[in-house]
Amino acid sequence: MLLNKNKKFKNFTINFGPQHPAAHGVLRLILELNGEVIIRADPHIGLLHRGTEKLIENKTYIQALPYFDRLDYVSMMAQEHAYSLAVEKLAQLKVNFRIQLIRVLFCELTRILNHLLAIGCHAMDVGAMTPFLWLFEEREKLMEFYERVSGARMHSVFIRPGGISSDIPLGLLDDIFSFKEQFLYRLLELEEMLTYNRIWRERLINIGIVTHKQAKDFGFSGVMLRSTGINWDLRKNLPYEGYNKLDFLVPISYNGDCYDRYLLRIEEMRQSLIIITSILFTLENLNTYSFNSQPNTFNFKNNMESVIHHFKNFTEGLKIPFGETYTATEAPKGEFGLYLISDNTSKPYRCKIKAPGFNHLQSLNTMCQGHMVADVVTIIGTQDIVFGEVDR
Amino acid sequence: MYMNKKHYIKILKIFPFSYYQLFYNEKVIVISLKFFDLSMYILKNNIFFNYKILSCISGIDYYSKKYRFCVSYDLLSLVYNNRIRVKVFLSETSSILSITNYYSSANWWEREVWDMFGIFFKNHPDLRRILTDYGFEGYPLRKDFPISGYIEVKYDLKSKRIIIEPLELKQEFRHFIIDSQW
Repeated sequence: MLLNKNKKFKNFTINFGPQHPAAHGVLRLILELNGEVIIRADPHIGLLHRGTEKLIENKTYIQALPYFDRLDYVSMMAQEHAYSLAVEKLAQLKVNFRIQLIRVLFCELTRILNHLLAIGCHAMDVGAMTPFLWLFEEREKLMEFYERVSGARMHSVFIRPGGISSDIPLGLLDDIFSFKEQFLYRLLELEEMLTYNRIWRERLINIGIVTHKQAKDFGFSGVMLRSTGINWDLRKNLPYEGYNKLDFLVPISYNGDCYDRYLLRIEEMRQSLIIITSILFTLENLNTYSFNSQPNTFNFKNNMESVIHHFKNFTEGLKIPFGETYTATEAPKGEFGLYLISDNTSKPYRCKIKAPGFNHLQSLNTMCQGHMVADVVTIIGTQDIVFGEVDR
Repeated sequence: MYMNKKHYIKILKIFPFSYYQLFYNEKVIVISLKFFDLSMYILKNNIFFNYKILSCISGIDYYSKKYRFCVSYDLLSLVYNNRIRVKVFLSETSSILSITNYYSSANWWEREVWDMFGIFFKNHPDLRRILTDYGFEGYPLRKDFPISGYIEVKYDLKSKRIIIEPLELKQEFRHFIIDSQW
């Protein structure tokens, strides 16, 4: 066909989402296409915006906690943990060793929980249905641990400022141990299914490459940063909650493509299992049972003054002196930060939530540049976006 | 910030911060608006600072103060393994320079601050609202914005479409003043 040279071609613009299943929730993506190649990707976020920060400013410190479960709704306890650490820093509280171990134990279980969903959904987006079903079976087991410890499968308000809501039930550690034993084989099965799978490799290798310069420029964290060859893990580099006493490795890789990030997630789960194992053995040898998150009930039941005190603490909330902190933890998705300002009342003056997904998603335009439409799905999958935390 | 005393004094001479604070071992420097752009450049590129990663930008509204807004930048240095917070105070009418030239991640964070507080960033490539609805009015994270908002969105059965109406609550929003008087 002969083409008139003066004729101009317009790029095709399509609307991806907000109801597309591969958009991981509510991402509206405006894609400008040249044929099937992407020229520009403009993510429109905010369809799940619930005003969490505004709501937290109107709640007391303890009442604000459940909002953190609902931010990134696949790694719940990691965020409760970040909030608890921030409040503890402002109130200058110290947590005892046993409680720290239990917190770390559940943070690592949460990491596995998150990576299982990340890999499962990623595989399903790319076209492999089976791993998704296998991994959700494992997630169900982990959610049962959540349920046993707090009563809720997902939004467990378990890790609280000052401690944990209650001590772990009898027999839980045994069951976590047997979970861990069988989970190693599930990981092997997963790797057998995906790692050398030709379709999986062709869809992932050399897709969404990020250089280390770009990664720093876009403020990446977590797996996204480590896949570009930067050895940075907050658990190792700026340790919190006794992570420096634990023995584990931080996997890094150098290609910075989607396949590397998949491998890193698998390896991180293995390292989490190592941490969990060592904690299980330490907890077994510790014979102290402490209930420091609960008030002393003897005074409470025998002394009117204590009843008043308890009542005031629960209605007014705890007063936290002037101060501010930026506390960041290594959540499964990356650096989850909290900028909390207290003003000597029982409510936070300002609570800014730094979600890792927000930084990752804004690089989508750069990462998608020159790829096909089908690769957008791969890239969204590898970024491990959850809209609860991006939109807040 | 890597600093032995010699470097510290050297940098202090060229670095125009207003004052320096410590909150629980977290470093905070407050910079006046005039020197803001230059300071961010130094913080990113000077070999003794090397803050290559911008973690987040957050706005704060001190509604009764003369300099009503504060924009706070959390920076992270991978080389020296630490963080710093840079604060700039603004009055309601002034605007601040965008730092998207130095940090690409500032793009969305600045859009968010603009969306939530109405602080204008000069030279920003694409300053649109980001988290609120299309066509939203007002700046929700300001302290004088009510928590229940001004409008409600609902489906109208008669006209068979979504309509936006001024907010009508069956019960007034109950604000408990729980801080005791004594």
